[in-house]
Amino acid sequence: MTDTETQQAELVGAIAAAPDAESLEAIRISALGKSGSITALLKTLGAMSPEERQEKAPAIQSLRTAVADAIAARKAALDGAALDARLASERLDMTLPVAATPQGSIHPVSQVMDELAEIFADLGFAVATGPEIEDDWHNFTALNIPETHPARAMHDTFYFPDVDAEDRKMLLRTHTSPVQIRAMTQTPPPIRIIAPGRVYRSDSDATHTPMFHQVEGLVIDRGIHLGHLRWTLETFLKAFFERDDIVLRLRPSYFPFTEPSVEVDVGYSVEKGRRVIGGDPTGPNGGWMEVLGSGMVHSKVITAVGLDPAEWQGFAFGCGIDRLAMLKYGMDDLRPFFDGDLRWLRHYGFRALDIPTLSAGVGA
Amino acid sequence: MKVSLSWLKDHLETEASLDQIVDALTRIGLEVEGVEDPSAKLGGFRIARILTAAPHPQADKLQVLTVDSGDGTPLQVVCGAPNARAGLVGIFGQPGAIVPSNGMELRVAAIRGVESNGMMCSLRELELGESHDGIVELPADAPIGTLYAEHAGLADPVVDVAITPNRQDCMGVRGIARDLAAAGLGKLKPLDVPAIKAKTPAPLGIATLDPEGCPAFFARAVLGVTNGASPDWMQRRLLSVGQRPISALVDITNYVMFDLGRPLHVYDLAKLTGGLVARKATAGESVLALNGKSYTLDETMTVIADDVHVHDIGGIMGGEHSGASEATTDVLIECAYFTPEAIARTGGKLGLTSDARARFERGVDPAFLADGLAIATRLVTEICGGKPTQAIEAGEPPLGRHTFRYDPAATQRIAGIEVPADRQRAILQSLGFGIDGSWTLSVPSWRRDVDGVADIVEEIVRIEGLDSVPSVALPRADGVARPTATPEQKLERAMRRAAAARGLDEAITWSFLSEADADAFGGAAWTLANPISADMKAMRPSMLPGLAAAARRNRARGASSVRLFEIGRRYLKDGERPTLGLLLVGDRAARDWRSGKATGFDALDAKAEVVALLTAAGAPADRLQVMEATAPIWHPGRSASLRLGPKTILAELGELHPSLLKTLDLDGPAVAAEIYLDAIPARRESGRMRPAFAPPALQAVTRDFAFVAPRTLPADSLLRAIRGADKAAIVDVALFDIFGGAGLAEDEASLAVAVTLQPGEKSFTDAELQAISAKIVAAAAKAGAKLRG
Repeated sequence: MTDTETQQAELVGAIAAAPDAESLEAIRISALGKSGSITALLKTLGAMSPEERQEKAPAIQSLRTAVADAIAARKAALDGAALDARLASERLDMTLPVAATPQGSIHPVSQVMDELAEIFADLGFAVATGPEIEDDWHNFTALNIPETHPARAMHDTFYFPDVDAEDRKMLLRTHTSPVQIRAMTQTPPPIRIIAPGRVYRSDSDATHTPMFHQVEGLVIDRGIHLGHLRWTLETFLKAFFERDDIVLRLRPSYFPFTEPSVEVDVGYSVEKGRRVIGGDPTGPNGGWMEVLGSGMVHSKVITAVGLDPAEWQGFAFGCGIDRLAMLKYGMDDLRPFFDGDLRWLRHYGFRALDIPTLSAGVGA
Repeated sequence: MKVSLSWLKDHLETEASLDQIVDALTRIGLEVEGVEDPSAKLGGFRIARILTAAPHPQADKLQVLTVDSGDGTPLQVVCGAPNARAGLVGIFGQPGAIVPSNGMELRVAAIRGVESNGMMCSLRELELGESHDGIVELPADAPIGTLYAEHAGLADPVVDVAITPNRQDCMGVRGIARDLAAAGLGKLKPLDVPAIKAKTPAPLGIATLDPEGCPAFFARAVLGVTNGASPDWMQRRLLSVGQRPISALVDITNYVMFDLGRPLHVYDLAKLTGGLVARKATAGESVLALNGKSYTLDETMTVIADDVHVHDIGGIMGGEHSGASEATTDVLIECAYFTPEAIARTGGKLGLTSDARARFERGVDPAFLADGLAIATRLVTEICGGKPTQAIEAGEPPLGRHTFRYDPAATQRIAGIEVPADRQRAILQSLGFGIDGSWTLSVPSWRRDVDGVADIVEEIVRIEGLDSVPSVALPRADGVARPTATPEQKLERAMRRAAAARGLDEAITWSFLSEADADAFGGAAWTLANPISADMKAMRPSMLPGLAAAARRNRARGASSVRLFEIGRRYLKDGERPTLGLLLVGDRAARDWRSGKATGFDALDAKAEVVALLTAAGAPADRLQVMEATAPIWHPGRSASLRLGPKTILAELGELHPSLLKTLDLDGPAVAAEIYLDAIPARRESGRMRPAFAPPALQAVTRDFAFVAPRTLPADSLLRAIRGADKAAIVDVALFDIFGGAGLAEDEASLAVAVTLQPGEKSFTDAELQAISAKIVAAAAKAGAKLRG
């Protein structure tokens, strides 16, 4: 064995045995440091003749490489062991509970209004609004509701002591139908709108609250007839309730502002002990539920807004938004809608990103 | 409006079953609300004979009877009726039967120590009449053991029909029969109108001095009547539709009203002084009506009066004074026409409803006065005896015959269904319309509601069947549906979803509140004249009181942290303002093993929500100025308004004033905000294309500064001053520490600020950086903060 080989074996052995980074560094300095043994050997190369250098250099270089490699390997091993030891001491109990960020919610009425807007946008209907503090011309007179109609009575309608500039009595609108009048007086036909919003009636029991929500629909165009009304309501209800087995029953009725007037019943059935819209109304526990009032806009209303009933005709419909929400999502009491009970809001409310879209479906 | 099947068949010749009739009624617009068989509740009540009657050993007023109820075994029954006696045939309720008047189930039980196996019943107990003087006495030959309902012909189903306000003609059985006949359910029988022959002239004069309210007043006297009970058949009919029998004369007027939709009134001639006139009441005049209540009238109301008294609130309710009684012998039957609008007005003012009002205010048939009077006269003479006098007529009913041209094509145009012209003609004729060869229609006098082409289409369609209307798609615009939402709608949606995403729960609260609550928030601009309660009297001037009430309820239910928002309107004098209100009450964070003690909300939490929501709405949040709040609802030192320019307030926010919290009965801390959606500037639509992406070529550098400033210096003014020190180089200024105490005066604080500098084409030189720093320090000094030494 040559000197260099002996030296290499000793050093590599010492490196492998180095217990920690400090002793390894001491070995590195003693071998490869400025005045280390291998450094000294390397320095001797400069004084050698070329022939001698050619003979000795490979062994010295090889010694240096082997020792440097051994040090690097040992260092990696020691670092790895040190990391393992540190990680072993760094346990975090991942079963610990984390604080939840508060989850907000969207009120069912808002959600249903968004659903309505989405469905009717596809049918070409825009969303219109109007004031809730109305005058009696828009709320009653223009809608062909006579002065003596019981709906005008104080026990049905909330009045203000105020009158407007035209001496019309001010009141809280009792339905969204005045938005029809505003739409027809403000926009030239053809018109396709829905008008969702708050309405008020002097009524309070388990199924009535003095404030609730309605949506009005209005189409004014040439050649619109009851068949279009039927299609529109069928299409809307199927889309809203997300079922194809929805059947409608149209019944003659009476509203002062439509002629003919049509009450719309929707078939329901019982699934898992609960009434659901759709299915066979003639089946066991099935039946009909009144959900919409509608009809062809009365020619007196068309005339009242300054249009020619010989040219323009159309239909209107209205229904309760709270009720639509109840039928779709299963609430059975109207009053909590307006209580702000966090437990109710979280139970029946919707997540912020449950945005109704046609591609994802309008229900959530 | 209730109608029994047998009554209907008086007018309708039909083979149709009850189910067919019920289906047809709903189909033609006479919605069936229910079908009831009055005999159903009389199961278990049989005809029985009292065999023996003996005094009760323990009670003076009771008797112990043995009763034969038809099964051969005499039963012992204890009875308290004074008329109970051996031989009497009455109605016996067997154990298990349920007494209609009180819902109690009969049982075998001891009454004062004597076993009783059922009950002998009075009319009132069976809801067959008012009489409670004793038990029912039936004719001696009534079949013992038969169910009473069967024997009495009570097994007659009653259909309850909802009559829409336009169909007065169907507020009588005959009108319903006519509609059913038109719908193909049978044939309408002719109406038998008697010719009353009378030589005696009327014993008094009548007149109408109020042609506006009462254009026609017809009447006839019948002399020498006996006003006992009406016959069984009439009582049964009246009971079947829920009308209790009173006396023959009153029952006759009710019967004609339910049968033919023709209200009448009967006066006791002996109680009248002089003739009867229809006139306007004088203000303050009063009348005791048949319901036992006194009404004070005004000069807009029509009355029927004699020389001394008001005897009738015309068309609404008769007076007590001259009503028919058992002693009545001479009567005057009134058959008048009252103007619907006047009736509605009077009834509304008096708050008085009646079956007569319901018919007159919808408009009774103006051509059916003389005939109605004749039919009533015949019933009176048949049932009560007496001699009719000649009819007297004052005024003229408004008969104006309504005719117009109709084009059968209208049915297709309006309803979208093809109905052959001949079929249309047949339908209209069966409903009583006259039609000439050129399709000029004359509207029957009883169809006041029909006045145009659309009404005729409705008649055709409802009889033909609305279900035959085909479904026809609305024409659809080419391509994908166009967006419809307005900028305001998009704004609301964005803010609503953003608020929910930030952990707020959306509430919907009442638009109205108490005046006191409104006053606490600046006062209501609108106050209802007829609120449902004092708590719902004023229209809200702010979103916050409703949210505060909801928060209070939630706190009472134990909620430790309430984050509510509502998007709705505030009702101001100049309009309804779309507003987002939010309220944070209680814990911002619950106590937690990581963060320690629970922390409450503070006013800056409200600011954080507002800034986030305004950012979500696309408002220029970086240009907002923080200024004083304007409303007195806020804690004066912990509130602000956020403005764009000094006049445009986008939001007010802060901690609610402690004295307001007390008024609201709300435990704090409570912080809130209102965002005025109509103040948020509309986003400028500049197309979908974004500007080119050009990130700076060189890395930004950050320099930290610490300034000492008086605590009264608003942080924002320092940050703004620094930002303005070199607008080209400074791209961000962030406050990262506020420190007070050691080395600082009591009223001073140290503010540590990180300033981000963005080099342009070339890196900053040391000299440039020094120059910028100097500008920053100078700007801060100008704002009132000095560099910390």
